[in-house]
Amino acid sequence: MSIKVDKEKCTGCETCVDTCPFGAITMVEGKADIGDQCNLCGACQEVCEVGAISIEAIEKEEVQDKEAYKGIWVYGEYRKGRIAPVVYELLGEGRRLAHKLNVDVSCILLGYELKDKTRDLIGYGADKVYLVDDAILKDFRDDVYGDVLTDLIEKHKPEIFLAGATSIGRSLIPKVATHLNTGLTADCTDFDIDLEKRLLLQTRPAFGGNIMATIVCPDRRPQMATVRPKVMKKMAFDENREGEIIKVTLDSINIKARTRFIESVQQVSDAPNLSEADVIVSGGRGLKDSKNFGLLQELATLLNGAVGASRGAVDAGWIPYFHQVGQTGKTVCPKLYIACGISGAVQHLVGMQSSEVIVAINTDPHARIFDVATFGIVRDLFEVVPALTKRIKQAIGCE
Amino acid sequence: MDIIVCIKQVPDTGQVKIDPHTHTLIREGVESIINPYDRYAIEEGVRIKERYGGKVTAISMGPPQAKEALKEAISCGVDEAVLLCDRAFAGADTLATTYTLAKGIEQIGRFDLIICGKQTIDGDTAQVGPGVAERLDIPYVSYVRKIEFIGNRCARVERMMDDGYDILEMDLPALITVTKEINEPRLPSLKGEVRAASIEIPMYTAKDLGIDINKIGLAGSATEVIKIFPPPKKGQYERIEGTLDEQVETLLKKLKELGIINIPL
Repeated sequence: MSIKVDKEKCTGCETCVDTCPFGAITMVEGKADIGDQCNLCGACQEVCEVGAISIEAIEKEEVQDKEAYKGIWVYGEYRKGRIAPVVYELLGEGRRLAHKLNVDVSCILLGYELKDKTRDLIGYGADKVYLVDDAILKDFRDDVYGDVLTDLIEKHKPEIFLAGATSIGRSLIPKVATHLNTGLTADCTDFDIDLEKRLLLQTRPAFGGNIMATIVCPDRRPQMATVRPKVMKKMAFDENREGEIIKVTLDSINIKARTRFIESVQQVSDAPNLSEADVIVSGGRGLKDSKNFGLLQELATLLNGAVGASRGAVDAGWIPYFHQVGQTGKTVCPKLYIACGISGAVQHLVGMQSSEVIVAINTDPHARIFDVATFGIVRDLFEVVPALTKRIKQAIGCE
Repeated sequence: MDIIVCIKQVPDTGQVKIDPHTHTLIREGVESIINPYDRYAIEEGVRIKERYGGKVTAISMGPPQAKEALKEAISCGVDEAVLLCDRAFAGADTLATTYTLAKGIEQIGRFDLIICGKQTIDGDTAQVGPGVAERLDIPYVSYVRKIEFIGNRCARVERMMDDGYDILEMDLPALITVTKEINEPRLPSLKGEVRAASIEIPMYTAKDLGIDINKIGLAGSATEVIKIFPPPKKGQYERIEGTLDEQVETLLKKLKELGIINIPL
């Protein structure tokens, strides 16, 4: 064990006990005692005013020639003829980081019969676009996509690799990172660069959004992260930006395909999906019945948004699980989240509290949803939602 | 059909609250529970066994008290359980965790399918399932909402995507991670609880697994947490008063001022 409490120095103030996210510290004979749950996160060391807690630095062998790794790669998630919107956000963020490091941003696209998106990618910040267009990449499969990506990273050695924390990114990138034996931080919401050590500072929510953690990958390359959609800012499109297009063939790549794609079933057609929508109108138990979700749908459609739901509404069978927001559903981060008749159980809040603006509509002024709200209306949603819909229709002249 | 289910004991993050003054986590009264997604993994494993025969083994890495979570899994129909427990495992990131779990799984031996929950509620990374599959060099599918069938050599599953779901087939042995849509977990049975009370759960240390100690725990982790801090605090919300029409008008105006909606009011 490499964490120690200096019993001489410990004053028994118990600050560390309260700080430990893992509940691993107890007081034994008036002194802090660190138990088995300790995850060596260092939170206690930081708050200890007398410096009684020390974590022994572990000598790690230098496994890689870090100097050989240069540049930032963005995974250009492409599915059914379209680039995932998060890719443009990552290019914007990638450019910002690349500027600090004085390197290039590359975007890597995998697929078959790729539609030409290179202008968009370059205009939004890519300096290089790698195109891998091959029949084997027709449909997404973790094993095939993972093998190709791993091979290209090994060949080209980027120092930073970013991907969207989508249902593809969160599944595919762990395989690649494990194979490359490097670190991967999930669901990042903020990045910075420690220029002196040339490290990517990766910040993400943990413990259901109850704390934030900043994580680094000091000794291995690339430094890999998945990033929550809608958090990073894309840059203004610049049609005069120039970039290089590099076509890659798969001849020399060893691909082990052990999964087969059968078919894809679309559940949302025209409406934006929950993780990409700028506006989400969400309903809870206060909706009382499945047919009332029609009210939310109408408002959502007017705002070009998606419909979400609390676990209560999903468990009651009023709306499919696909729409569930929260701990056992989806984590969303729209510009506007309108919570209608949602009480605000923590399980729900952790899935939506990072939305830019939250409007809560609830008859109970003490509902916990108001704790995370930007604006609140204490009134029956069955009055407020139709009134909002009517007013917007009137404003845009469709009534 | 031999199944291995990976589970983790986690603090019930739904109960964790933040002290408004010190901005630290209040953990008093917060229970340790089986990671909620892992309950679906356990249930799916038990259902497959009930249908096709075979054995379900649960595996976990954690402190000695994680035995409770494994006993609970046994009371829900799991046949056997092993705990990977060593202070040297502490501080593991997902890279070190997948190495340790894969070594533990090799120790268990033969299997046709490994089932994990799609993510844990304390780490929320969803990285351990795919990482374990990569370590064991087997195929995997994440976010499985339904197993359509399992044969001797392959399985067909439905995988949640952001825009719907994909149907995929994979060779066995393989690994899946499951969402809550896949089933409705059962409660512990009385018979199961009796079994769980008497069963001895073997604990394996790093030495028992014969593993490279440079690849486990803090030493084997590629990532390091350098700072933990409270999330930016939300200010008091603005309560919009007035008649219904006034409330609607005010709200839309404010949203427009913030540039959140673009409607000619």
